[in-house]
Amino acid sequence: MKMPLSWLNDYTKVGVTPKEYCDAMTLSGSKVDAFEMVGEGIEKVVVGKILKIEQHPDADKLVVCQVDAGESLQIVTGAKNVFEGAYVPVALHGSHLPDGTVIKKGKLRGVISEGMFCSTDELGMTEGTATGVLILEGEPVLGEDIKKTLGLDEVVVDFDITSNRPDCLSMIGLARESAITLHEEFSIPQVVVEENDEQVEDYLSVKVENSALCPRYTARVVKNIKIEPSPMWMQKRLEGCGVRAINNIVDITNYVMLEYGQPMHAFDIDFLKGQSICVRTAKEEETIVTLDDVERQLTPDMLMICDGEKPVAVAGVMGGQNSEIQDSTKTIVFESANFDGASIRSTAKALGMRTESSARFEKELDANVTLDAVNRACQLICELGAGEVVGGVIDVYETLPKRLEITLRPAKINSFLGTDISEEEMIRILKALECEIKGDKIYPPTFRKDLETEADIAEEIARFYGYDKIESTLMKGESVAGGKTLKQSTEDVVKRALTSRGLYEIYTYSFTDPNAFDKLNLPADSELRKCVTILNPLGEEQSVMRTQHYNEMLKALSLNNSHRNQNVGLFELGTVYYPKALPVTELPEEREFVTIGMYGDVDFYDLKGIVEQLFYALNISDYKVVAKKDDPTFHPGKTAELMVEGVSAGVFGAVHPAVCNQYELDREVLMASIDFTLLLEYMKPEKTYHALPKFPAVTRDLAMLCDDEVEVGSIEEIIRQCGKALVEEIKLFDIYKGKQIPEGKKSVAYSVVFRDANKTLEEQEVNRVMDKILTRLEEKLHVELRKN
Amino acid sequence: MKQQLEQIRQAAEENLKSIDSIADLEEIRVKFLGKKGELTSVLRGMGQLSAEERPQIGQLANQVRSFIEEELEKAKNKLQQAELEKKLSSETLDVTIPGKQWPVGKTHPLTTVLDELKSIFIGMGFSIAEGPEVEYDYYNFEALNLPKNHPARDTQDTFYVNDNIVLRTQTSPMQVRVMEKQQPPIRIIAPGRVFRSDAVDATHSPVFHQIEGLVVDKGITMGDLKGTLEVFVKKLYGDEVKVRFRPHHFPFTEPSAEMDISCFVCGGEGCRVCKGEGWIEILGCGMVHPKVLKNCGIDPEIYSGFAFGIGLERIVMRRYDIDDLRLFFENDVRFLKQF
Repeated sequence: MKMPLSWLNDYTKVGVTPKEYCDAMTLSGSKVDAFEMVGEGIEKVVVGKILKIEQHPDADKLVVCQVDAGESLQIVTGAKNVFEGAYVPVALHGSHLPDGTVIKKGKLRGVISEGMFCSTDELGMTEGTATGVLILEGEPVLGEDIKKTLGLDEVVVDFDITSNRPDCLSMIGLARESAITLHEEFSIPQVVVEENDEQVEDYLSVKVENSALCPRYTARVVKNIKIEPSPMWMQKRLEGCGVRAINNIVDITNYVMLEYGQPMHAFDIDFLKGQSICVRTAKEEETIVTLDDVERQLTPDMLMICDGEKPVAVAGVMGGQNSEIQDSTKTIVFESANFDGASIRSTAKALGMRTESSARFEKELDANVTLDAVNRACQLICELGAGEVVGGVIDVYETLPKRLEITLRPAKINSFLGTDISEEEMIRILKALECEIKGDKIYPPTFRKDLETEADIAEEIARFYGYDKIESTLMKGESVAGGKTLKQSTEDVVKRALTSRGLYEIYTYSFTDPNAFDKLNLPADSELRKCVTILNPLGEEQSVMRTQHYNEMLKALSLNNSHRNQNVGLFELGTVYYPKALPVTELPEEREFVTIGMYGDVDFYDLKGIVEQLFYALNISDYKVVAKKDDPTFHPGKTAELMVEGVSAGVFGAVHPAVCNQYELDREVLMASIDFTLLLEYMKPEKTYHALPKFPAVTRDLAMLCDDEVEVGSIEEIIRQCGKALVEEIKLFDIYKGKQIPEGKKSVAYSVVFRDANKTLEEQEVNRVMDKILTRLEEKLHVELRKN
Repeated sequence: MKQQLEQIRQAAEENLKSIDSIADLEEIRVKFLGKKGELTSVLRGMGQLSAEERPQIGQLANQVRSFIEEELEKAKNKLQQAELEKKLSSETLDVTIPGKQWPVGKTHPLTTVLDELKSIFIGMGFSIAEGPEVEYDYYNFEALNLPKNHPARDTQDTFYVNDNIVLRTQTSPMQVRVMEKQQPPIRIIAPGRVFRSDAVDATHSPVFHQIEGLVVDKGITMGDLKGTLEVFVKKLYGDEVKVRFRPHHFPFTEPSAEMDISCFVCGGEGCRVCKGEGWIEILGCGMVHPKVLKNCGIDPEIYSGFAFGIGLERIVMRRYDIDDLRLFFENDVRFLKQF
């Protein structure tokens, strides 16, 4: 909301600098986004009158002017539009222009020139559109500072008004706030309308069919309209607010909207069939061409202003072309109405045209303002001599809003704010806000719909008392033990474990592309395709909530690969969303997954090592890694499933080359997806101490020959089964194929550590166990001991 | 014989002076003290001495022996020292050769800074609450005093799953969920992911993160709100930072405020970063609206509280002077390595 600061002088005083003003307003709740000094940079430019013009003796295109600018000057100019008797802006010797130019006395082709005439471009009022020197209107005072003459000494303040304060989208509202903030007087000038002795009812009838959507409709008629430009002072104020001046009638409606915050509309009465207005919702199939020349299809929930037969305006949003004010317009209707905010909001949204008017109405305006506003418009008609106001007002309403009642409890407010503000001070602030006070009851004005509860009153008192004056304190009361939950600290453990292995954490979007399911090779009946769909996504590629992190992980790897980043390892700890039923009727199940992605100088076993260390960090030892040949996203021979106590907790391995191709990853990519939520159930956060061994260990090495297909995991399982508690550690130290090893076989070498916690192990005892292991290995897996 | 012994002593001393290796040392030991050494052969002649002379010569011979032994030891130590020094000097490394790298990754900058924020609040007795990211409209809006068609809903462009389910646009629904489950005293922060249908650019992302804070207890005042948040920013930005609270509007707090801190680039003078204002907006806050307390079954006549919401990305961007929000979600390792 832009406000020319000088406009406030109509209602109150601003006795501080613009900077001080903006700071004070910001701290009392009307946040200033920026302020602009319109004539900033102009110095020593004054009003001058050209007395005499003579041809330059040595230049065809120059003339020599004698000027009275409070002092007599000679100025040489090349401007074509100068004439004797013209009033012009004169930049004196030593003057400054907004673009930084400094004007100095000098000679032009041998003739002294003591200054320069200025165009609107040179004064910074226009940019490159000036066609000559600015010729000033009327008879301004010679020698007067041009900023004053042209109103360039204006300061325009741009406020950021919050949605609960539509009353501050007006000069009067802002003036009221300013007055309280600066401790100045505030008053609204009385509105007096000179009206003729005709009756408005003879010109117009108004019927409101839907009073819920239109609580009040106020209208006046003005005849003998003379359409012409509005006066400079009005145009300047409108421009200061960022509103383009059009003609006196349109400008008056805008002026009143800016002054009172009440949007207005003017109809040409000759275009209203039956000289009547009916406020009703649109009929099926009805259309209207709005002022912006677009034909709008209407629906029956939209409120319309209609004449005897057709819509002439979309209520509160935009007028229709069929009743627009034209140069030939003779008689007009000023509409000043109140509409239901929610209805205006949904209509404007449905029609895709949010206007200045609709933006105000949707914040719920005060129905009590419409009469003052329409009278103000008529007063301006009189002042501008723009027409003749017909006697009487049409004012249709059922009930008008009443003031609410709130109890003032100064002690409660002070204890809530942590302040010690006197009751008198509270009442002073509330009265300045135009609340009525009777005993301990507060009656806020109806234009402050946001004041409903004691807390609202507390805020009003606090912001004019000053938030900065509220003393900062530390909380008292019962102490509470803060901290992280087990899940939260486990998340930290995961992140530490993975970063310590060289992985970088990533953050990706929670929504994904439904086409990614195909890219990931997921079959049509895959559970992962059952997802939560967003009704209004930004685009298809972000239209469903993810059920896995694969797509986002592969995209991140692909981006890094395309940037030629070598040896990249990433992980994400994030949410996936599983709908409980489709279509979605309740909140989806949200689970957290750890997803790891890597490429570069790494293979399956690097990834497996990372996964194992993650489990180690989480203190989960009871898990199995089994080959997973049928996960369509992964390589059938290089993928494993993690089984924790018989439950699948995730999958890891090389990504299927066909999937890699989809992501333009022309290399082996490793990926793991682990159900963190599930691990939380199985991890053992409690750690128990085992006494350090007192008796020595016996280590035996085993070199064996077995079929290539035998998984070493099954060998280890047999060693463990046979050795039972005596087996302390099984270390695989070599797998070998090739020379000296028959085709289809491999050599596997283990180092097995045996220990008895209660006594020193005897050789024979170890031998017995070893024999058992070897026999079982041979029976089950056809493993034979290698003899060198 | 006395003379002979004296000569041996002198000869040994002479010999030891000129040696330069441990091997020489052994040679000298053998030469003088060995079975066939000079001292031994002299001592063999002891039998021919008189009984008076014998102890004298014996004592002398022992003195010579221990003298030689001591000298040998000394020489040995010296040689060993010299040898060690020689070895050490031959082992000198070029310390400017790059060190061996263990691969170590890093958490995302959003995590790193969030961890810092969590620690600050945990230090003030806060717990960390969590809640669903896909949320009922009721929790995201209605319970927070934002009924359907409320104009303030427009400022939060919402992703809908259906009429009643949204992607949460703020972490504030966690306030309601916590208050529904827990009676005061409540002191929580609730960090999390939020969603708004903003097209992606350098300062907008459809996914971002907030940290919600909520305190409810008997006798909580607006002064407590100011005090708590001042402690927070001072811990985060240092004691010099200046803080101001400006009135603002949020439907679920009353009174509401935005907190600005003095610009840490210019210190309040006004610069490009703070757009000349000298202040940077850092969070929104306020006293919990009595309607919200009531919606959650907490009596506003007995209890009061405050709430705040911090934008994590904004804090991180300012902390590291990052100018493009998209970098957080692009995950280029060259970016991630910097934090």
